[in-house]
Amino acid sequence: MVATINKDKCMYCGACTSVCPFMALELRETSIHVYSDKCTDCGICVKACPVGAIKLIPGGGKE
Amino acid sequence: MKYDTNWDVIVVGAGPAGIKAGEELAKRGLKTLVIDRKQEIGAPKRCGEGLSDRWIAISGLEVDPTWARQRINGAILISPKGKQVWIDTEKIGKGGGYIIERKMWEKFLAANAIRAGAKFMLKANVHDVIKEDEYVKGIKVNYMGDELELRSKIVVAADGVDSRIGRMAGLNTTLPLVEMDSGFQYEMAGVKLLDPNKMELYFGSEIAPRGYIWVFPKGKDVANVGVGINGAHDKTARYYLDKWIEENEERFKDASVIEINAGGIPVTSPVEEFVGNGIMLTGDAARMVNPIHGGGMGTALEAAGMLADVAKDAISSGDVSKEKLQRYQDIWMEKHGDEFRKILKVRHFFEKLNDDQLEAIADMVLKGGLTPDVLVDLGHGKGLTQIIKALIKASPSAAKFLMGFLKG
Ligand SMILES: Cc1cc2nc3c(=O)[nH]c(=O)nc-3n(C[C@H](O)[C@H](O)[C@H](O)COP(=O)(O)OP(=O)(O)OC[C@H]3O[C@@H](n4cnc5c(N)ncnc54)[C@H](O)[C@@H]3O)c2cc1C
Ligand code: SF4
Ligand code: SF4
Repeated sequence: MVATINKDKCMYCGACTSVCPFMALELRETSIHVYSDKCTDCGICVKACPVGAIKLIPGGGKE
Repeated sequence: MKYDTNWDVIVVGAGPAGIKAGEELAKRGLKTLVIDRKQEIGAPKRCGEGLSDRWIAISGLEVDPTWARQRINGAILISPKGKQVWIDTEKIGKGGGYIIERKMWEKFLAANAIRAGAKFMLKANVHDVIKEDEYVKGIKVNYMGDELELRSKIVVAADGVDSRIGRMAGLNTTLPLVEMDSGFQYEMAGVKLLDPNKMELYFGSEIAPRGYIWVFPKGKDVANVGVGINGAHDKTARYYLDKWIEENEERFKDASVIEINAGGIPVTSPVEEFVGNGIMLTGDAARMVNPIHGGGMGTALEAAGMLADVAKDAISSGDVSKEKLQRYQDIWMEKHGDEFRKILKVRHFFEKLNDDQLEAIADMVLKGGLTPDVLVDLGHGKGLTQIIKALIKASPSAAKFLMGFLKG
């Protein structure tokens, strides 16, 4: 499973990138880049997100 | 815009920490570049915009109505059952402040930094640091689509709570989830305020688990209405704010949103290492945030002078090693280390209180058993013993639980 960002919900606030222990998420101001190879499916970012924009999806999503 | 490739100092991040560091470094004659990935300084904000007079003095700015939106002379603390504790901080000698328009304020700050000689580069995402012989020697940045490598004697990581630059440099700056507050806010117009000169703070486990809801006035009917909850919570910050606004329909029925903000707030101790070879951390990136209320703009500003003194000295002596730069951390810890430890203790205490105990504190203040200044002092890590002793008196059944905090 890989963290996947719902970009319609995402506020590009960086709360998820701050807590990801594996630097698998990178905020680029108007997008969040997910390094799928680094994501370990730990789910920490899912809880951190203030708006519930992250889901763990098999294989990961597009953004 | 064309930019030189060699600098004395490159500052990554143009928030309050980075902008002010840029100014102080330039004032000391250092050739300084401040870089941010945003295309506009100050926007989008991730902030409730509360700033006290003490920090405004340190910012070096004259109060200007362009950014000083609303004078604040105190706060109203609201208990889980809705009891209001009014505190006029100005009257009890604890000072006041403003709710600012952060975007304008940061642009004023940046203009001052530029007048001091600093240069700025925007829409520039720093994606890596240049490391050679165990030293950080510069950064790799994508500036409006162009890949650039810029070199400097020192890199200052002022990149906010993300603190990725520090991690790239090899420092452990990953924020543990339980030490972060997840924040969500609407800036709204048409809000009914209790008093436009007071910040409203709402507490309770149903309202904001291990956090609080705030209403910060930005005019007679405009306010930042936000929430911070512990990051490890299952429901989202947005859920709690929407729920609360719905429950307070009477105050919000004529209101609507003019801006939506979100963000993570470090509410813990500062990072263990502020410096490495050729790198210095400041602001949220070093977690210089007051862990009781989450305010971080002031401490971010204040650190700039300390950082610039040490950077200037290191660059002049040709030694930018971790050992040489360590003095910056020592100076900061000397000033705030003890205070932050005490504030964190206050936070941990309040996180464990249940709603009845919060209610009991409100009752004690309202009935005169505790003076309101004790509550203000908590924000500086003082007065915890007094509160615990008063609580033990009010609820002897909880004495054992409470005594634990007196010892710890
Ligand atoms: C919801 C919320 C409410 C808050 N309310 C208050 C309040 O009322 N009062 C208060 O004092 N504090 C408040 N805070 C905290 C305050 O916003 C921060 O402490 C403050 O912004 C820290 O300043 P900084 O300069 O360290 O970081 P930031 O202001 O976060 O600035 C960091 C900058 O670095 C840039 N950046 C990051 N990475 C890169 C990169 N790789 N390349 C280029 N640029 C990069 C970012 O774009 C950003 O502009 C609040 C925070 C939140 C989330
Ligand atoms: S699931 Fe864990 S590893 Fe994957 S992005 Fe989220 S925090 Fe990082
Ligand atoms: S925490 Fe949520 S809203 Fe914020 S950047 Fe990450 S996915 Fe987007």
